[in-house]
Amino acid sequence: MSACLDIRRLSAVLPNGQRVLRSVSLSVQPGEVRALVGESGAGKTMIGKAVLGVLPKSVRIVEGEMLIEGEDLGRLDAKARRTLIGARTALIPQDPLTALNPSRRIGSQMTDRLVRILGWSGEKADKRIRQLLDEVQIRDPERVLKCYPHELSGGMRQRVLIAAAFAAEPRLIVADEPTTALDVTVQKQILRLIAQLQRDHGTAILFVTHDLGVVAKISQKVSVLYAGKVVEEADTAQLFAAPQHPYTRALMAATPRYTDPYASLKPVDESVLAGLAAEIATADKAWRPSHG
Amino acid sequence: MAEPLFSVRGLKVALPDMTRKPLVGRAPLAEILKGLDFDLPKGSVTGIVGESGSGKSTLGRALVRLIEPSAGAIHFEGRDISHISESELRPLRRDLQMIFQDPMSSLNPRHTIFNIIAAPLRQNGLGDRLKERVAEALQRVGLPQNFARRYRHELSGGQRQRVGIARALALSPKFVLADEIVSGLDVSTQAQILTLLEKLAAEMGLTVAFISHDLSVIRRLCQQVIVMREGRIVEASATDALFENPKETYTRDLLAAIPLPEIDADWLQSKAPA
Repeated sequence: MSACLDIRRLSAVLPNGQRVLRSVSLSVQPGEVRALVGESGAGKTMIGKAVLGVLPKSVRIVEGEMLIEGEDLGRLDAKARRTLIGARTALIPQDPLTALNPSRRIGSQMTDRLVRILGWSGEKADKRIRQLLDEVQIRDPERVLKCYPHELSGGMRQRVLIAAAFAAEPRLIVADEPTTALDVTVQKQILRLIAQLQRDHGTAILFVTHDLGVVAKISQKVSVLYAGKVVEEADTAQLFAAPQHPYTRALMAATPRYTDPYASLKPVDESVLAGLAAEIATADKAWRPSHG
Repeated sequence: MAEPLFSVRGLKVALPDMTRKPLVGRAPLAEILKGLDFDLPKGSVTGIVGESGSGKSTLGRALVRLIEPSAGAIHFEGRDISHISESELRPLRRDLQMIFQDPMSSLNPRHTIFNIIAAPLRQNGLGDRLKERVAEALQRVGLPQNFARRYRHELSGGQRQRVGIARALALSPKFVLADEIVSGLDVSTQAQILTLLEKLAAEMGLTVAFISHDLSVIRRLCQQVIVMREGRIVEASATDALFENPKETYTRDLLAAIPLPEIDADWLQSKAPA
């Protein structure tokens, strides 16, 4: 069985030639949650965008392959690529308020995608949406479907988008910091919902987050990113039991833990950052000659 | 316990509720803070924690009198400042400083870092030895002296927050309100800023109100914690007592909802608060 998502040595550059993704390799097996964790500028969101084919125009992929269920996106023409991505993947975004059209009711926005992209009948789409609203534990679907986005709370909006993402039975969902904007109690409910739907539907998830706490609770596999480079890749349980890379260890020591206040919140040591800079310089030097 | 710097009794704040404003006429008032009683002891760091809509930021703004309470009293060094006029407030401004969540929007983009730190010094009659004072402020927060000539967009998020701290502390205030100052930062930067604030608060004997939605950053920094929900104090106690033996269900729910960076297969399934 081929991987749900397979990224091989993906590199991307900005117009000035600066590399923003550095030979990134990672895979997500069917039904698996892989966390992509890193700080701002690590390139985690960019990888998600590359998978969904929505990279900003300024970012150019110069090397590598992306395969969705064994199909190489690079070998497809633009239209076929969009169709494949549209049918097999979905996004749960960070900020549901910007992802939803403020001037349209929730119901029509949710069915629209199924009808327009997947060619479902309106009736089938409507039935499917109601089923998913039930699965994300929205108790009064009639009211929610008639609401405009601003009439719902942040947690409710995120539930709606989770329902929309799972509705089309995608094989892979890219979840881009889906709980970052939420209160901690709501975050827990949303994480539990995502985990439950993921299990029930057997969906693979690429879960982008900056929070090692979220990584520990939601994922089975994890890739740690720094400056567009995967510095460590492991089973999640193993990463927390025995982090290998100095940067991973530094991130863990910096993450606040109320159970252990004096062992946490440790500023990242300069030597770790210097080591990372050297590692990246070496990688870039080795990379440049063959690609000009 | 030390003598309180702030003593707050029956504090209520009502603000116009713009979501219910009629087309013509005034918006009806919504009560944001519904009667709060607490003290901030001199030289202490107090965490004020709550979810969105709990009123924690409104409380902070009332303390430094950016907004006027609708009822109750705020005593600062024994004096009731809850209704004093802007001109009476002016001499107090120096003692009541603020650091905000987003230094990108609280630092003037057209001014150099030097001018940003110097402006409040000038306004408060500390315009002599200006260079020296700004240099001292930069050094205190661990920024190189040549940063004085830079602009905010040339700085990283952590550096900008250091400037925010430098500006607030340049006046040697008695009280600092820190409202979600590490929320937008990466964890490695967050740790640096918290460690810096911890050190400076101890060195300068500052009284700090540290507002945050995140209980896990509060434990290390604060000696006491006030937990808020829907405009009321749910629980207020010494930090260790609160974390080791939370009395209220809501506090326990908040703690239980924090995903700790460790493997716990049962965590997702454990009951989330309603």
